[in-house]
Amino acid sequence: MDTIDRAIISATQSGLPLLSQPYHAVAKQINQPVEVVKERMQAMLENGQIRRIGAVPNHYKIGYKANAMSVWDVPEESIDELGKLIGSLPYVSHCYQRPRFLPEWPYNLFAMLHGTSKEQVSEQANQLKELLGDKCRQYELLYSTEILKKTGLRLKSQ
Amino acid sequence: MIFQTYLNLYMDSNQLDIIDKKIINSLQGGFPICDNPYQQVAGELGINESELLHRLDYLLSDKTLTRFGPMYDIQKLGGAFSLCAMRVPESKFAQVNETVNAYPEVAHNYKRNHEFNMWFVLATETPQQIQETCNRISEETGIRVYNMPKLKEFFVGLHFTID
Repeated sequence: MDTIDRAIISATQSGLPLLSQPYHAVAKQINQPVEVVKERMQAMLENGQIRRIGAVPNHYKIGYKANAMSVWDVPEESIDELGKLIGSLPYVSHCYQRPRFLPEWPYNLFAMLHGTSKEQVSEQANQLKELLGDKCRQYELLYSTEILKKTGLRLKSQ
Repeated sequence: MIFQTYLNLYMDSNQLDIIDKKIINSLQGGFPICDNPYQQVAGELGINESELLHRLDYLLSDKTLTRFGPMYDIQKLGGAFSLCAMRVPESKFAQVNETVNAYPEVAHNYKRNHEFNMWFVLATETPQQIQETCNRISEETGIRVYNMPKLKEFFVGLHFTID
């Protein structure tokens, strides 16, 4: 990250200006030509440093009232196979292996489930449980009850 | 390669009209880098630029959209992400929440119905800052922070489509 990229990130991390020419506005803010801002952002988009430019909906507000983090205790040796299987389901948005903390946290496979109701999400969890079969030693559903913060990346000012 | 899953929903939210829904669905997929990008997108949606800007402003202010702009991948920028969890006594929850949220490294924070009731994502500019931040939060709150970085990623990507 050089100083120009860093300045662009700082200027846009809370959002793109809602102005007719947003990249011009960013360019003016960081004292760079607009062509540089556009080229740098295009390059960051191509190399994956920017995943995408777009909108992030609040899933509660658009109707996904039930959002659960399902956590599963499965054998380490089967986790690649099981992770891919679970990750391929249409209602799973993220699927990761994470470390256990025994004894209080035995779960190593995480899958985020989204639905319009708790009933729908618990039905999704039942399908996962069936797919995992006897590989699933135990599981839990952790519903989000409140968004406490959602700001995304923030660089500290230097 | 980007995988996207489309979930279809029948909205129970009455205040969004068909144009809002088109905007939300369309803008999750990407936004152009050009001189007049809002004008271009507005044209594709069949509205004019000032209407698009006005509606985006409204959707952000009423929190239907949590943000609009570039989504940076901090790992590709040399930094790191991690999911962290805490078991916060209910009596201390508000106070701990205030302390945790005050850290700029805390990108998202969710309350969940579990003994592990606070779950937040840390995003830091260097990998070693993850553990340092966990330690600082632990010291400041007196509560253990469980650092649960992803060890493997099997799938990420969801496009919330609203009908």
